[in-house]
Parts: sequence; structure tokens; C-alpha cells
Amino acid sequence: MQFFLLLALVILSACAYFIGRNRAFVVASGKIRNLHSLPSFYGCYTALWCGLPALIVFLIWVTLQPGILINLVLSGLPKELQDLPQDRLNLVVNDLKNLVSGHFISNTPDGIVLEAANRYQDMRAIGNAALLVTVLTLVSGGIAYAWCKISPKLRARNCVESVINIFLITSSTIAVFITIGIVLSVLFESIRFFHQVPITKFLFGLQWSPQIAFNSDQVSPSGAFGTAPLFAGTLLISSIAMLVAVPIGLMSALYLSEYASPKFRAIAKPALEILAGIPTVVYGFFAALNAAPLIREIGTLLGLQVASESALAAGLVMGIMIIPFVSSLSDDVINAVPQSMRDGSYALGATKSETIKRVLLPAALPGIVGSILLAVSRAIGETMIVLMAAGLSANLTANPLEAVTTVTVQIVTLLTGDQEFDNSKTLAAFALGLLLFIVTLILNIIALHVVHKYREQYE
Amino acid sequence: MNKIMLPASTPERPKSARRDIKTIVNASLARQHAAERRFRWYGLIAISLGLAFVLLMFGNIIGKGYRAFWQTYIQIPITFDLSIMDTSGSGKRDLQTIDGADYSVLVRSGLRKLFPKAEGKSQLRALYGLVSADSPYELKRKIQQTPNLIGVEKEIWLLASAQVDTLFKGNINRMLDESERSIKNDQIEWVDKLQAAGRIEEKFNIALFINGDSREPEQAGIRGALMGSLLTLLITFLLSFPIGVATAVYLEEFATKGRWTDFIEVNINNLAAVPSIVFGLLGLAVFINFFGLPRSSPLVGGLVLSLMTLPVIIIAGRAALASVPPSIRQAALGMGASKLQMVGHHVLPLAMPGMLTGSIIGMARALGESAPLLMIGMVAFIVDVPKNFFDPATVLPVQIYLWSDLPERAFVERTSAAIMILLAFMILMNGLAIILRKRFERRW
Amino acid sequence: MSKTTTIGNQTISLNDSIARNELDNQESGVQVTDYDNRQTVGKITVDKPKMVCRGVNVYYSQKHAIKNVSLDIGTNEVISFIGPSGCGKSTFLRCLNRMNDTITTCRVTGQIKLDNEDIYEKDIDVVQLRARVGMVFQKPNPFPKSIYENIAYGPRIHGMVNTKSELDELVRDSLERAGLIKEVEKRMHEPGTGLSGGQQQRLCIARAIAINPEVILMDEPCSALDPIATAKIEELIDELRENYTIVIVTHSMQQAARVSQRTAYFHLGDMIEIGDTDQIFTNPRHKLTEDYITGRFG
Repeated sequence: MQFFLLLALVILSACAYFIGRNRAFVVASGKIRNLHSLPSFYGCYTALWCGLPALIVFLIWVTLQPGILINLVLSGLPKELQDLPQDRLNLVVNDLKNLVSGHFISNTPDGIVLEAANRYQDMRAIGNAALLVTVLTLVSGGIAYAWCKISPKLRARNCVESVINIFLITSSTIAVFITIGIVLSVLFESIRFFHQVPITKFLFGLQWSPQIAFNSDQVSPSGAFGTAPLFAGTLLISSIAMLVAVPIGLMSALYLSEYASPKFRAIAKPALEILAGIPTVVYGFFAALNAAPLIREIGTLLGLQVASESALAAGLVMGIMIIPFVSSLSDDVINAVPQSMRDGSYALGATKSETIKRVLLPAALPGIVGSILLAVSRAIGETMIVLMAAGLSANLTANPLEAVTTVTVQIVTLLTGDQEFDNSKTLAAFALGLLLFIVTLILNIIALHVVHKYREQYE
Repeated sequence: MNKIMLPASTPERPKSARRDIKTIVNASLARQHAAERRFRWYGLIAISLGLAFVLLMFGNIIGKGYRAFWQTYIQIPITFDLSIMDTSGSGKRDLQTIDGADYSVLVRSGLRKLFPKAEGKSQLRALYGLVSADSPYELKRKIQQTPNLIGVEKEIWLLASAQVDTLFKGNINRMLDESERSIKNDQIEWVDKLQAAGRIEEKFNIALFINGDSREPEQAGIRGALMGSLLTLLITFLLSFPIGVATAVYLEEFATKGRWTDFIEVNINNLAAVPSIVFGLLGLAVFINFFGLPRSSPLVGGLVLSLMTLPVIIIAGRAALASVPPSIRQAALGMGASKLQMVGHHVLPLAMPGMLTGSIIGMARALGESAPLLMIGMVAFIVDVPKNFFDPATVLPVQIYLWSDLPERAFVERTSAAIMILLAFMILMNGLAIILRKRFERRW
Repeated sequence: MSKTTTIGNQTISLNDSIARNELDNQESGVQVTDYDNRQTVGKITVDKPKMVCRGVNVYYSQKHAIKNVSLDIGTNEVISFIGPSGCGKSTFLRCLNRMNDTITTCRVTGQIKLDNEDIYEKDIDVVQLRARVGMVFQKPNPFPKSIYENIAYGPRIHGMVNTKSELDELVRDSLERAGLIKEVEKRMHEPGTGLSGGQQQRLCIARAIAINPEVILMDEPCSALDPIATAKIEELIDELRENYTIVIVTHSMQQAARVSQRTAYFHLGDMIEIGDTDQIFTNPRHKLTEDYITGRFG
């Protein structure tokens, strides 16, 4: 229904375009020169008056309708149902929604809910009809208004352009809104969480076991939400990843930009960048099925105790994933160093490696540090590899052969599965998300700033 | 004659009589060259390691997965005898009877006909376990298509069960003790007999492409996930492309540089580096809990992914716009075009290939993304193929994640196959982007 | 096929293609060669050559950038290459210490000898060659390091000094000879990029002479500098002549006249004329040289 209304709106707007254009021809008595703007602008003008107000009303209506209807239906429910605690009420609402959308629900619906569902459907039909009427009124009103307004003097182009301008400006602010959205969505839930668990215990506590906290919810759960092991695990895995990625990535970039023949470079560079295009879930699969058992076997051969979900396996594979990231970023940075620096060094009789080590790298250092920071931020936020290859046990250890868990893994495990939204377990995920966001934000801003400053230096 | 002005006095080396540069350099040459060679080797080793990883990944996935495109089938003589399959007892040959009939009897009797010696409860169960649990439904579909089959005896190829499939592909060690493998001795014997009789063979695994997810490996397919990916990406593209292009155009062509645009720019650059999982949290908190959009739906998935793709498109779009030379803008403005006309008629068409290239790469990344979708519930076990944007769905990478958790050998194979399909799509999209860039790239 | 040509008092054996360049019409006095003649006018040889170039051709992919150029560079002389932009003088200069090796599309044929060794020979070491034939570039290119580190770079990589005090002395000595010591004495450890353009260029010269090369190539060393800085550099070149052979590419004819003893004029990849600086500027023998000197083009 809503889809068809939208379609109708599009078609009507298209019609309005032609109506407006024709009207413009008529008022100009056939001479386009009399008009302020081209006829097509008058068409657009009419189409905008026809479609835009209706579209705005339509969108607001559609977003608000379900919530309002649910509230109306709930207030019509018998007293004993309304007095249910919030979580039980949510269950009722869920059943209601499922019934309405025709889905199968687990328990047989009782009469009251069924009746409510019927009422909901009735009201929705009324609402939709009202929406239809409103939209059609707006459409016809818009067309009529534009029809009257169109005259040779009407600055249709300017009107249309200002609408487009507004659209452009609105679009550009969306990035800001997304950031605000991220901050608010994690912040609110985190604040709720910090009411239950003190922030110091969250940050510095040494024990992480949300399952226990959840099971015995009578006891204060604050003891089990210490994130130190998570951050230690994240740090451990990220460090292993960087130990793999930085030397390989950096040396590859240096080799490709300073030594390799153009032919070799033309093949090897895109080949290496394939690694960047592989979805992380594939790396995760690879890590869990190949790297982890392999490392375990090697460990056993050497007489070492290796956990089957060792940090080493996840870190190694994550390192492979980050190689192209480091190499392409440092490639940019190295190429930004002016050729005159290299020439100056070669002219003194320096070999290539001397030039690289003593001139190129020191000159490119800020840029390289920036790219490594970006890579670290990437490693910290990586989810799938650790989810599939690292464990769930929150060990506070620096031994790469043991299983550790990371912030991202915990966010996923806390939030997957059906859960009520307000127990401390789910809220903890948002608090973790907030921490993750802050850490990566700081890393990103520093890195972007450093790289930016570095670029300016050679521009 | 020629007079070359030579310096008046014969040259003298400066007072601090230094050694000749030639001898000095000669002394250190060996060391310098050794260091050079070493450094070069490090570089070569690094790049070879990187390339080796690429080969290893692909080799490993393909080696594990290519067999999944074939599936073992068993040929069984089936007698479509109405009297034994009819449960209603009416004996009529109408649709209702056909729908309500018990087709498993047919499968069982067919199997018993092949191996009459099997007896006892456990042995019979093993015998029936040779074919997929889907076999009765397969027969039902056949009858529904051609009701004339009723009363006829016919050789039918039925899907083998996952264990038989794994055995037939040689992935089960027959030497192991019976208790340590998932297939019984009897079953191995029967499979060998079937093979001798030419009644078992591998055929193209069409089920992988036309079925939704299933708990039974031999029936599990990726159609649901593919459809989910398609719907999700459609939403992602429809949202992120227009907004991304509009933002790029505004920032590059209209905005006056100042604090506000700097702020927007910092925001965009930063969003491009925010961990994907945080976008998942945003989706969960805003789209699902606040706006009440349906959980697990491609709509929400698309919304979340479009937020992630937006910065990629904006950054690529700005680069494309910036590469259009200012002379073209001046020419258009000089002709009396409004700024918007200048952009719409000249700059945007010239920048479009670059923008599309960036968008396709962004979409390819969105296609491979799974972490944020876990947050918004696209990780459920969903058998049905989603039909619209509101149905619960999953996407291909998440399907891979789900399957990779399952222990059966047949699922490992399928996971690899699904990865191959996913990678094929990624390569296709990136290839398209490269072609687009090559075809329309303009050097000013 | 080879042929013996007599030029001045010397008899050298040259092959045919080179002989083309040897049209030595010095005896014919003031006669001016016509535009069409692309062969070198003037005497290409000197008594005590430091570098000897014969039949040098340079190609960039398909482009023939230097066409069959032959000349000698004498010991402890300053020779300048002049000519309009894009005539190949810088390209030729960069052949003399094989800086063109860094450009992958560039190909050099012919012979360039330094003290009777062909520098394009297989067993010649580029590192050693460049240490012997130093170079100063058009735009001053100090490394983004301190002044001290800039000078110390060369001696360090070639292992020229053993102790810190030796290095200190060498750095001071080089700066002194480059006439920069007074200006930078107090700020040796500040970045070299903080100096003025002229100071930066003298820093680059100091950096080049710190390793005591035999030949110094200068590629328009003053083109980015103001007149006062230019004068200082020219003064420096004059002093350096005592100990080094200097090849300088310049846009400014006045500069060539001021600092060099011999001058070669390049045009579209050909070396049109070579001779004593005085003679080239007062009495050019080739139409093209004359046009350029008198400012009709370039």
C-alpha cells in the first residue's frame, strides 16, 4: 500500500512536470523568450510543488504511524494487561506485531491479544486511508498553486535551484548526523550501564564474566564487568597483527616503489591489493580452519601448550589482512617524497638502500606513522577474524599461545541472540562500543592530522 | 690558436690533505653493496610473502570448496504405487490424495528393493539414511509435476545424504573404527555396491543455488543469502549513491571553505575509519529500537551499510570532481550558465565515471561486510528466501559465518563454495570498476 | 670504417660517425656556418681531459633527446652548457654521473670516459662514480635534516671519517669552502630547510664537496636564486675551480661568460658549437649560436 502510494506520487509528479511546462508555454503565448527561465524549469517547479510537500508528510506519517497505533491499542487493553511489568508488556506487543504482520507466533494467542490485533489492523486501515486522502490533497493543492503562480516573470529556475541547493546542503550534513547518531546511540545506553556498574570498575576491573552477572542478577553485577582483559586481548592480537603487517607491508611498498621494474610493479601491486578486497569473514574462516590448527600442531611438535583458539592465529591472519592497508598507505607517503631528495642522495654516491634508509624513511616518517596508526585503529575494530578465530574466554595474559578475547568479540556475543534491551549485559555491549569508538576516534584523528600535515609539507 | 684558459697555478689539494675520493669509496664499496643486496632481499622476501598469502588463501579455499559444486546422487527404483502411499485410504487419484500421501514409504521400499538383506531397526535406519531427508518431498514435487507417474515404476536419481556424499568424495577415512566416523560399515558396503552397479554418481549441485539455508548440508543452498545480499545492496546503493554524490558536489563545487566544511570533512574522513561494528550498534539502537524497523530485514541492513558506504562514495566523488579542470567550469560560467547548470551539464557528467568507480568499490566492500549485520539480527537461521525489504533475511558473508560454525565436513565444503561465489561477485564488481576506469579515464 | 683526422696538434683516431662532428673550421676565421648545419662547430678536444665524451646519444622511450654529442672536459676548468629550454643540456649533464639511470625509460649510447675509464662500462660502480662526479641541482634540495646532518651524510655513507671530531672538522671545512660557515656556525643543528634559497644552494654545494669529488656538475644552480645569492654562488664556483672540474648548465649567458672558460651551445639535442667562452660570446661561428647570443630567440 505504502509502496504503491509512493509510486503514485512519482507518477503524479511526472505528470505535474508536463502540466507545468505546458502552462509555461501557454502563459508565454508560445514565445519562450518571454519567459524568465526555460520551460523545463517551470515543469520542475510544478513537480516540486506537487511531490515535495506530499513526500515529506508521507515520510513523517509512515515513521510515526506504527508507534502511535501501538500506543492507542495498548491503552485500549484491559487494565490487568496494562499493569504488566515492562518486559512482559513488550512480549505482548511483540506477539501483537507478529500477529498483525501475519507471522507465526510461538504460543497460541489468547483472545485479548487477538482482539487487539484486529483493532490494530482496523485502525491501520483507517490511518492508511487518511494518509491517502492527505497526500492526494497535497498533490492537487501543490499543482493548483504552481499553476496559478506560473507567469513569465516567475523565477522558476531560481526556485528550483534553491531547492536543489537545500538538498545538497542537507546531504552534506548527513555525515555529521551519522557521527552524532553514533555518539548518542552508544552514549545513552552506556550512561544507563554506568548507573549499574561504576565506570572505574568497568575500566580497571580485572574480571570479565557477564554470563555470571546475568545469571545471578540478584547480586550486584559490578564485579564481573572489568574490561582490562578485553583490552589486553585486543592489544595482544593487534600487536601480533602489526608485527606481521608493518614489516611486510612497508618493505613491499619500498620494494615496489624503489626497486621493482614497472612490469613487475604493474602485476604485483594489484595482486597484493587483492588481499584488501577479500571479505573479513573469509579471513576468519581461514584463520579458524587453517591457521589455528596449524599453529597448534607446530606448537605440539615444539612441545608447547597452544590453545586451539590462540591469539597468535587470529593475530597472524589479521596481520595478513592489514598488509595491503599498510603497503598502499605507505606507498602514497613514499611517493609524496619529492624526487629531488632521492636525486640529492644518489648524486652523492649513495646506494638505493642508503637513500631509502637515511633520506626517504626519515622524510616519510610522519606519514608512515600516520598510516600505521590508521592500521592499528583498523586492527582494533576488526571483528570477524577474532570472532571466528579467537576465543571467548577473557584471559588477562600476554602469552600469544593462549586464548584471549577482544572488545569486538564481546560486543557481538553480548548482542546476538534474542535479548531484552535493558539488562546490563546488552548495555555493557554499548559501553564497550563507546570505548571502542573513542579509542579509534582518537587514533584516527591523530593519524589523519599527522598525514595531513605531512602532505602539506611537500605541496 | 685555441687557448683554453687553464688555471694559472697548478692545482693543489686543500691543506687538510684528504685521501683521494676514489680510494676512499673503494674501501667502503663492498660493505655498501652487501647492505644494498641485503635490503633488496628483505624487500623481495616481503613482497613474496604477501603474494604467497594471496595464493595460499585462494588455493586453500578453492581446494576445499570446488567439490561442493558437485553432489552425489543415488539411483533408486521407485514404484509410485498409490495403494501404499495413500494415507487417507480413499484410493482416489485426486490432488488432495497426492498432497496428503506418504512419500517416505516409496523411498524406503525402493531402498529395500535394492538391498533386501537389510533388516533390524538400526540397519534399516542406516539404509534409509543413505538418501537425503528431502527425498520424499522431491518425489512429491515430481508427482505434482507429472501426475501420470502414479502406478509406474521408474528409476529416480535421489539426493544422497551428506555422509554418503562425503564418503563418495573420498573425505572419510575408511580405515577408522566405525565408532569414530559418521558413517556405518553397512553403509560403506552399500555405497560400494551402488557404485559397482553404476547407481551412484556426482552431478552438478543445483541445490546449492536454488535452496535456502538448511540444517542438512546436502539441502543447504545460498539462494536466500544471495537474495538477501541483493536486497540489502539495493537499499545501500539507492541511499548512499545520491546522498554521496550530492555531498561531494556540495563540498567540492558550492561550499565556501570554512570551519563548517572543515568540520564536515573531518567527520567524513573519520567515519571512513570507524570500525564497522560501531555502525551495527548505531543500527541496533536507532533503526531497530528507536524507529522500530523490522529486525533482520534487508531494509535495516541496507540502511546500516549505506552509512558505511557513504564516506567511501563521498571521498571518491570529491576526487573525481577535483580532477575536472577549472577551465571547463570557467567556460560554462562564461556562457552564462548558472552554477548548478555548470555542474549538471559539464562537471558532473565528466566526473561520473570516477564517481561510479568509487561507488562500485564501495558496494563491493558493503557486499563483503558482515560484522554490523550481526548486530541487527541478520544472523538468524532463515530457511525462506526473502521476498521483500521487510522479510527476515541474511546475507552471503553472514551465511558463510553461520556455516563455518557447523562441524560437518559437508558444510566446510559448502562454506568454501559460498566463499568462492562471494569472491566471484567481488572480483566481478572490482573488474567492472577497473573497466569503467580504463574506458572513461581522461587525463587532462 | 675509421678515419684519421687532425685537429690542432693532436691526431686521434675516430670512427666515421664521430668524424661528422669534427668539422673544425677554426682556420676559416669569421665565417659563419649556416642554420642547416647540425654538426658541431669548434674544437672539442683539450690538452688535459678529465672527461671525454664521444658520440653520445640519449633516448627517452622514442624521443631522441641528445644526438651524437662529443666533447672533452678539461681538468680544473669550468665549462658551461648553454642553450634554449629543452635543448638537452641538462639531459647531457645528467649522463655524466649516470643520474639518468634513475629514469627507467632513458637509454644512453656512446662513450663517456672519466680518467680513461668508460663510465657506462658494465663493471663501473655507479656508487663510486657518483662519489667522484658530484652534482648540484636546479632547485636546492637539502634533506629534511639538520645542516650538520646534510653535510655529514656523504662522508658517513662512504665511511670517509672514523671519529666524531674528524667529521666535525670535515663538516666545518666543507661549509667554510662553500662560504657558508659564518652564516650557519650557530645553527648547525637546525633543519637545512630553514635556510634561505641561496644558503640552501650553497649548503647543497657544501654537501657535494664534503666528499671531495673530482668533478662537480651543476644544473642551473642559480635559476631559483636572486641576484645577490647568484653572485655569491658564482664567486664560490670561481674559487672551487682551483680544486675541481666544474660543468655548469645555465640559462644565463652572462653567467656563462662570467664563470666559465669554455662554453658549449646546445640546440634541440645537438651540440651546435663549442669553444672558448670569449670567442663564443664575441665571435660565434654558427648562425644558431649567433641568434641565441644576440637574443633573437631562446
